[in-house]
Amino acid sequence: MLEIDALTKRFGPNTAVDAVSLTFDKPAMIGIIGASGAGKSTFLRMVNRLTDATEGRIIFEGTDVTALKGKARRGWQSRCAMIFQQFNLVPRMDVVSNVLHGTLNRRSTLATMFNVYPEADIHRAIEILDRLGIAEQAPKRAEALSGGQQQRVAIARALMQDPAMILADEPIASLDPMNAQIVMDSLRRIHEEDGRMVIANLHTLDTARRYCDRVIGMRHGRVVFDGRPDQLTVGVARDIYGAGADFSESATSTDLETLDRQPDAAATAKAFV
Amino acid sequence: MSDTTLSRADPSHVATIQSSYMAEVQRRRLYGGLTLLIFVLLMVSGFMIADDRNAGGFWEGLSQVGDYPAEVLSEAWEKRADLPGLLVKYFPALIETINIAAVSTLIGAAAGLVLSLLSTRGLARWPRLIGLFRRIMDIMRAVPEIVIALVLIFVLGGGPVPAMIAIAIHTAGALGKLFSEVAENADLKPVEGLASTGATWGQRMWLGVIPQVAPNYLSYGLLRFEINIRASAILGFVGAGGLGYELRNSMAWGPGRFDEAAAIFLLLFGTIVFFDQLSSRYRNRLTEGDRT
Repeated sequence: MLEIDALTKRFGPNTAVDAVSLTFDKPAMIGIIGASGAGKSTFLRMVNRLTDATEGRIIFEGTDVTALKGKARRGWQSRCAMIFQQFNLVPRMDVVSNVLHGTLNRRSTLATMFNVYPEADIHRAIEILDRLGIAEQAPKRAEALSGGQQQRVAIARALMQDPAMILADEPIASLDPMNAQIVMDSLRRIHEEDGRMVIANLHTLDTARRYCDRVIGMRHGRVVFDGRPDQLTVGVARDIYGAGADFSESATSTDLETLDRQPDAAATAKAFV
Repeated sequence: MSDTTLSRADPSHVATIQSSYMAEVQRRRLYGGLTLLIFVLLMVSGFMIADDRNAGGFWEGLSQVGDYPAEVLSEAWEKRADLPGLLVKYFPALIETINIAAVSTLIGAAAGLVLSLLSTRGLARWPRLIGLFRRIMDIMRAVPEIVIALVLIFVLGGGPVPAMIAIAIHTAGALGKLFSEVAENADLKPVEGLASTGATWGQRMWLGVIPQVAPNYLSYGLLRFEINIRASAILGFVGAGGLGYELRNSMAWGPGRFDEAAAIFLLLFGTIVFFDQLSSRYRNRLTEGDRT
């Protein structure tokens, strides 16, 4: 359904994404891992068309997405929702209004400027919030919510777009482990229940292993690993991150259950203390 | 993968939230509609009052709006050969006008800076006197420049100094208000950090607040400089010298010196464009310098 063909992005002399070619046959939950600066964010931003590609093509169900302009481009953006590390909500507007922003592409500019939305949309927005367990927060301002709640509002906005795929750019990087788990569980559930494709940039290996059907590793703008999560061994991870033999993933883990699952790792951690 | 925090609440609960939110939306729409209605009524009634009091009448005069500019342009076009000479002739007057604007902007901005810090909540040296300093700035803004200039010309005699003082007073009041709004949004943590080292108020402001707000202050200051170039040209009308004095003499209907008026307008326009370009370039460098 989605095909990436030699996608490249250059910023001046630097190549952020270097001839990435990938094929996605069916909706899946996909994790992209790699060190910061590996080109993960730029890749997702190009798929959403927030950033223009320098070379290469993105083909979604036969349409060349990279060639879309104006209204068609905004139409594509509404079909592939995006979630950001810093949530990117409008802080001074209430939660439901933020969720209703997911319908902006379908509504006239004038009506939305005066915050006029159909009643059915408002009801649906609150149902989506309820699905994510934060319906009680509906009338509050977005800035009054905790980070984890705000990210769930952002997911609700994405769902309001009724998208074919959801792109998540480091969705849990600024959340504590408890909220990170809630957000990742929500994304996984959206994939399983709605059959939407989810592509998430992740900064921890255990999250990628636990939630994803397929993991892509990027380094210096190139795809250096593409496979099932169980193929993601420590050796492969060292290659992706360009780390030496002292690399230990439990040291960077944010998973609550790491401590229970890996008593030996916990013991090592204690030894360091 | 199921998680208790994600389980749905019972449906009646959601319906309650939906209906209460809808009620709030209805109320907001009502208020919004009323605000819009009041706005439209004020616009219409204001226009009608203005039109009634107008000596000529808006609709009758509308067709003649183009007459004066057309005459200026046609006459200036006839004598276009003289234009370069006139530009050279009025250049010294332009320098005088820019001089008045520059000095008054500098003095006004310095005074505005001090006044703004003294009247910002959380930063003020004497928190109880915030109101006093605010009222001082209000007075500085409220009295029109031209009135101050006229009084000073009466006392000090004609020339650039009264114009400079008049514009500086207005600038101090206007920039003080804008500066203080910027300073209100400044982060107080660096100020607290400096206070913890035993710094004086002046040190806290200069080292803790000014670096944060400098780009905004500079950009407001440059905007004010543009406004002051125009203001000092206008003050020439009442005898403060510079380009305005020449403009008043040349733009009166009758003597047929519209070519000179056109030359002066060109000079003013060119000056504003020049300083706008200069300030935007400088401002960009300042903000980009901050990022790297």
